[in-house]
Amino acid sequence: MLGYIAKRIVLMIPTLLGVAVLTFFMLRVVPGDVVEVKLRADGAAVTQAVIDRERARLGLDKPLPVQFADWMKGLVTFDFGLSMWTGRPVIDEIGVRIGLTLQVAVMAALIAVLIAIPLGTISALFRDSWIDYLVRMVTIAGLAVPSFWLGMLIVLALLTLFRWSPPVTYTSFITDPVANMSQLVWPAVAVGYRYAAVVARMVRSSLIEVMQEDYIRTARAKGLFERMVVVRHALGNALLPAITVIGLEFAFLIGGLVVTEQVFNLNGIGRLFVDAVARSDFVLIQTLVMLVAFMFVSVNLVVDLLYGVLDPRIRYR
Amino acid sequence: MTDLASPARPAARPAYRPRSRVVTFVTMQPLGTAGLAIILLMAFAGIFAEWVSPYDPVINDFVAMLSPPSLEHPLGTDAFGRDILSRLIYGARTALAIGFISSFVGCTLGAAVGIASAYFGGRTDLLIQRFLEILLSFPIIVLALVVVAILGRNLVLGIDVNLICAIAVPIVPRVARVIRSSALSIREMPYIDAARAAGYSAPRIIFRHMAPNVSAPYLIMLTAYVAQAILLEASLSFLGLGVSEPLPAWGLMLSGSSSDFYREAPWMILFPGLAISLAVFAFNLFGDSLRDWLDPRLKT
Repeated sequence: MLGYIAKRIVLMIPTLLGVAVLTFFMLRVVPGDVVEVKLRADGAAVTQAVIDRERARLGLDKPLPVQFADWMKGLVTFDFGLSMWTGRPVIDEIGVRIGLTLQVAVMAALIAVLIAIPLGTISALFRDSWIDYLVRMVTIAGLAVPSFWLGMLIVLALLTLFRWSPPVTYTSFITDPVANMSQLVWPAVAVGYRYAAVVARMVRSSLIEVMQEDYIRTARAKGLFERMVVVRHALGNALLPAITVIGLEFAFLIGGLVVTEQVFNLNGIGRLFVDAVARSDFVLIQTLVMLVAFMFVSVNLVVDLLYGVLDPRIRYR
Repeated sequence: MTDLASPARPAARPAYRPRSRVVTFVTMQPLGTAGLAIILLMAFAGIFAEWVSPYDPVINDFVAMLSPPSLEHPLGTDAFGRDILSRLIYGARTALAIGFISSFVGCTLGAAVGIASAYFGGRTDLLIQRFLEILLSFPIIVLALVVVAILGRNLVLGIDVNLICAIAVPIVPRVARVIRSSALSIREMPYIDAARAAGYSAPRIIFRHMAPNVSAPYLIMLTAYVAQAILLEASLSFLGLGVSEPLPAWGLMLSGSSSDFYREAPWMILFPGLAISLAVFAFNLFGDSLRDWLDPRLKT
């Protein structure tokens, strides 16, 4: 098992290196220089000397392979370089925001999974009843409703009912847990809806499949209560495919947050990413891409390992 | 679902009374038909927007600013007094055109890559798979945003070609993976051996002999990814990185100043979001039914 984990971690390196090479060089194929955009944005006449000095400060005057090597060296030592726009270290820009984004993501995942598993189970057990139809309608809608629009609807509802609007500043969990939660639960619901819909659909279809297995008939034949059959024999097996979806959708969740953070005035990683793209801040973009790719690959690894723990038929070597 | 089984299952006995495939699809897949009906309605509205819409979508009317839904303006007006219904109708044109074109580009490229990967096998296959794996470790919208950052804007005939690229690129690896697995089994078919023995070139075998046989999964994914593409276009436009003013687009209608009018003009955010949801919903319904219809084994 430990050997397998080590092997998988080593195998992550070529993928991540691929992501790094791809983003780094693709971002620099097309001409367009943030330094000029930024300096000329002030409206002042800029001399070539000023531009050259700024380029040198950001390390943009070196040849591309050297820049790439510097960046790689930085990635390993957690020194990601300076943001091309603000000029501050990228790690600081990310550091102040990542806690917020991760908190919303985890809350959304928790809400989604806690709702989705019972919903999917009920839907499967009462298949083709009105409750099943209701759940299926709600989940199909969940795949269609854009999370940012759901966020806007939530803000609209809160505004009309309680005259609450998203605060401009963010309260951290440590200073005031209640204020923090009441601020972040809504974005978590907005992005969690789609997540819950996908998971509930998966739980439903895989439970329906499992309920037709021979061992379920055996369990019933030996006189077990139906609840026992479902909880002890069916659900465990039905949740395995759901775990894959939970993992995959967690990565998707970060994508959903990119848009939804705007609606709730949240200054998180998603907002930072959109700003970086709008300003062509390549250093920031490439680092954020690496971060997201790293999270995605790690989540995949965790899901695979969980499979091995939960399904005795799977043995890793 | 139960009332559907009653009409004597006509599809089971085709010799009894031959029916057109359209009629069988409609009777066997009522939900998919409903989805298709919504799609056709939106397509009709979008294509004939000049005749269907009551107002010009870009003309400002400061007298009618922020007016609530009424007889003159069934869905109200926005902060510039522009009629929301008209903007939604023109927005259908934008959404469907961009959604369909980018899904077509992404799925076709993905299918070509997938078939080629399966046909050549060996080291080529491994290389392509590694590359796709790299692309797959980006969430869809993140990859689209990176492409936007690389390409910027490029308007050709009023359509942002780079936006279509940005939406199509994340679709490619996802389609390629599915098509590859279908193509792998086709590669082992005797008729492919025969074609190879006859000395046909690789492109000819790929396009003439293998491609037609993956058309079922291809069509299914083409429909499903139109939904994704519409959603993605709306998200990018909402962020201000997709379609730009004054072109009416659903995502754009939700962005920017519209959030300043939550209380005064809730119709401004209600209807565009409904339009996006309805379009995505319709394509999902139709895509699911198409899957059940063409290839029940395939589940993506």
